[in-house]
Amino acid sequence: MTATVPTALGGLSGVPLALNPLTRKDFTSPADVRWCPGCGDYPVLAAFQGVMPDLGIRNENLVVISGIGCSSRFPYYVESYGFHSIHGRAPAIASGVAMSRPDLAVFVITGDGDALSIGGNHLIHAIRRNINMTILLFNNRIYGLTKGQYSPTSEQGKVTKSSPMGSVDHPFNPVALALGAGGTFVARTLDSNRAHFTEVLKAAAAHRGTSLVEIYQNCVIFNDGAYDPLKAADGMIKLVHGQPITYGADNAMGVTRLADGSLATAPVAEIGEANLLVHDAHADNPQLAFALAQLTESNSLERAPIGIFRDVERPVYDDMARAQIATFDDESAKLTAVSKLLKGGDTWQQ
Amino acid sequence: MTQVSTIDHVVIRFSGDSGDGMQLTGDRFTQDTAIAGNDFVTLPDYPAEIRAPAGTVAGVSSFQVHFAEYDVHTPGDHPDVLVAMNPAALKANIDTLTVGGIVIVDTADFNPRALTRVGYDENPLENDSLSKYQVYAFDLTAAATAAVEPYGLSRKDAARTKNMYALGLLNWMYSRSIEGSIAFLNRKFAKRPEIRDANIAALTAGYNFGETSEAIAVRYEVASAPATTGTYRQITGNRAAAYGLVAGAARADLPLYLGAYPITPATEILQYLASAKSAGVMTYQAEDEIAAVGAALGASFAGCLGATSTSGPGLALKAETLGLAVISELPLVVIDVQRGGPSTGLPTKTEQSDLNIAMFGRHGESPMPVIAAQSPSDCFAATFEACKVAVEYRTPVLVLTDGYLGNGAEPWRVPELDELPKIETNLTTEADGTYLPYARDEKGARAWAIPGTPGLTHRIGGLEKAPDTGAVSYDADHHEIQVLARAAKVAGIVSEVPDVVVDDPSGDAKVLVLGWGSTFGPVQAAARYVRNSGRKLATAHLRWINPLPANLGEVLAAYDRVIVPEMNLGQLAMLLRSTYLINVESYTKVRGMPLRQSELADDLNAIIDEEAAK
Repeated sequence: MTATVPTALGGLSGVPLALNPLTRKDFTSPADVRWCPGCGDYPVLAAFQGVMPDLGIRNENLVVISGIGCSSRFPYYVESYGFHSIHGRAPAIASGVAMSRPDLAVFVITGDGDALSIGGNHLIHAIRRNINMTILLFNNRIYGLTKGQYSPTSEQGKVTKSSPMGSVDHPFNPVALALGAGGTFVARTLDSNRAHFTEVLKAAAAHRGTSLVEIYQNCVIFNDGAYDPLKAADGMIKLVHGQPITYGADNAMGVTRLADGSLATAPVAEIGEANLLVHDAHADNPQLAFALAQLTESNSLERAPIGIFRDVERPVYDDMARAQIATFDDESAKLTAVSKLLKGGDTWQQ
Repeated sequence: MTQVSTIDHVVIRFSGDSGDGMQLTGDRFTQDTAIAGNDFVTLPDYPAEIRAPAGTVAGVSSFQVHFAEYDVHTPGDHPDVLVAMNPAALKANIDTLTVGGIVIVDTADFNPRALTRVGYDENPLENDSLSKYQVYAFDLTAAATAAVEPYGLSRKDAARTKNMYALGLLNWMYSRSIEGSIAFLNRKFAKRPEIRDANIAALTAGYNFGETSEAIAVRYEVASAPATTGTYRQITGNRAAAYGLVAGAARADLPLYLGAYPITPATEILQYLASAKSAGVMTYQAEDEIAAVGAALGASFAGCLGATSTSGPGLALKAETLGLAVISELPLVVIDVQRGGPSTGLPTKTEQSDLNIAMFGRHGESPMPVIAAQSPSDCFAATFEACKVAVEYRTPVLVLTDGYLGNGAEPWRVPELDELPKIETNLTTEADGTYLPYARDEKGARAWAIPGTPGLTHRIGGLEKAPDTGAVSYDADHHEIQVLARAAKVAGIVSEVPDVVVDDPSGDAKVLVLGWGSTFGPVQAAARYVRNSGRKLATAHLRWINPLPANLGEVLAAYDRVIVPEMNLGQLAMLLRSTYLINVESYTKVRGMPLRQSELADDLNAIIDEEAAK
């Protein structure tokens, strides 16, 4: 598995590059795509297949691993090595792949139920360790594959088949959760904004360590319009590193930091240009990213920042784990080391 | 002048407070015994609590070693020698001592308060309650403290060297050299010279006390046991299992990846492999048992030999992922060091009650090969065989050991790697346009191509598949074909399983006793008693539980009575009855300890006599 060819840089360092440029079609498998017509998963798949050639890697070095849920069918549709696993466990399985094979680009496809409910433990520990993988979390705020029960991101009061009187569960804010777990790359984007998705996905792949990308994704059958409130002019707050944070019609609204350190939104005219908060995704201290995450109205979804909340360097678990392990030039050197281990210190002859 | 007496076997039990270092003392005595050329089996027995209150019966930690001039199969039912470092250790163990046996007691803690605490109304050393034993009572703590006085240790640290003093004394009694233990102390405390020197001084003082004081009248010699020539080491079942994985991966020329979560009594497997990085082993201490097996399966998918080690509660958690391994048909080795259950049960005690979950503990038709190790050193061979089957048949394999095997030790002849069979990975590496991930070879194993291989990209998963292509399919025929193919593949592993061998010295025994896993030792030892009494008994032993050896049905049918001893309520017996429609008789014990050889022998004698009287 020693690469004798040029390899990618940054997040995908160690992954061999394709000799000839590939196209979106090269990353499209022959399987028929079987999501519901109008599902938000279609544009995400198309955008993903469109980004892969830009990463410069080969099909055979791309591994897509998923759990259970509608979006977890994703690997079948990508021409790569793929593993459609079991509910919630994709980050665990991907951890084994990423640790043992630095020449593979590892992507995890998961959903709000898969990642945040049954698989919550694996998600936070992958992020905590900073294992080199990109996790795409399709958040449709509903259980789709089981036909419409509330999920850990559904709004309180949500009426579903399993919550006929309204859900009393408080929703997770996946970005805040990932930041709390020590996330080094945490972003949010939308199924319907291909340009934004593409930009975020490229940055996520370029980041070494765990990249968590929450994708607001519409389920046309069981939760249609879940993100409609965000379509209001002042719904989305676009985060751009190094830029003052403004949003709304004519960017007339802005974000500023109050004396107690918390963030507030107000018309720019009131705040004053000089007092606008400038986004810094590379800040060592996660306070700003976390405060921005809190601007998400997780229940009503009338307001949510999108973009890259945090993108910082931290030593990567799998790189460090591999550095501790002896490597061998040939098989006989390895067998000698194994023999030595088996004999240990205290032997005797009989 | 001390008399030297030659004996053929001895069982010694070292016993003291959890903090007294009894496991280390026993381990060192065993190593010195190994170098003296005796065969041996050991049994550590310690409380689940790390430090139960000092001086209480609950806090007693013991280590038993059985050594002999012949091949030993069990740690022995009853010690011939008890080393008791405090009143609690005496109280907890005295009833197990052979009548006429030797008791060596450290008298330092035999004060009224300590005696009352463990329920002695009067000092047992001062009444006639120990009259049926040979009692040697010394203030070992005071003697050790005096011996280490020049090294300036605190009173507490000085007193802690009493275990080395006792070790020195026992080494003298059994004619062992203390050179090996001196070398060990030099290594262990290389960075703490005062502790090193004090321990060596205590060890030497204990040895010299035996030599010069004539306080102990008899010294013993046990002749060397015959053995195949080679390089030997002492090995526990957990270390042997860990090394079985390393050797298996090496002979398959695959990297070894262990995902594990700490759990008693399997944790050492993770620890030994975490210390094997120099041999290229990657270990992952996962967030839970589920992630541990998930990461191991992911590593297998990526082209490693993935493995996970656990005990009963962990195996229960891994069940869903094992189903995924069955349907995705990837190699995976699972080592279950069984302990008393259900639930948290008896974490530090042994049992064989995970056989049912190993065989049947997954949903759906989900067959998995199961092999059970028969002795501490056999944990190496059993795990190696599991690696071979896992890789060559693309299947998860369960290795059953147990707390007794995992913690127990015996001598092991270290094999050269080229003595071990090569494990064929048969990876598909060439893209000639014909690759089908679920095409099967003559063994039923699917074609395996690993990520990174150009032209062979494909997708696998937990959904049912069409034959050959592996494309997702809910077709009724396809499901039936695949369920049958997976079952046939596992059943076909019988070609790797040696026929069961019957040991029937008289050739006309009517009763067969069939052991599995760690009952091997007690069954062999009991059979020796039974045959020495002039009775006829056949024995046989199972290592592979799934598939069972091809000739087993025929063997069982050839005896009037088949007795199956197990440390559970008859799980193998149920399997044999349903497989062969033969009325095997269950003999069960669930006491958290290995079967007692003498008790088993008495019960077998009764059965044989009953049969003879018919």
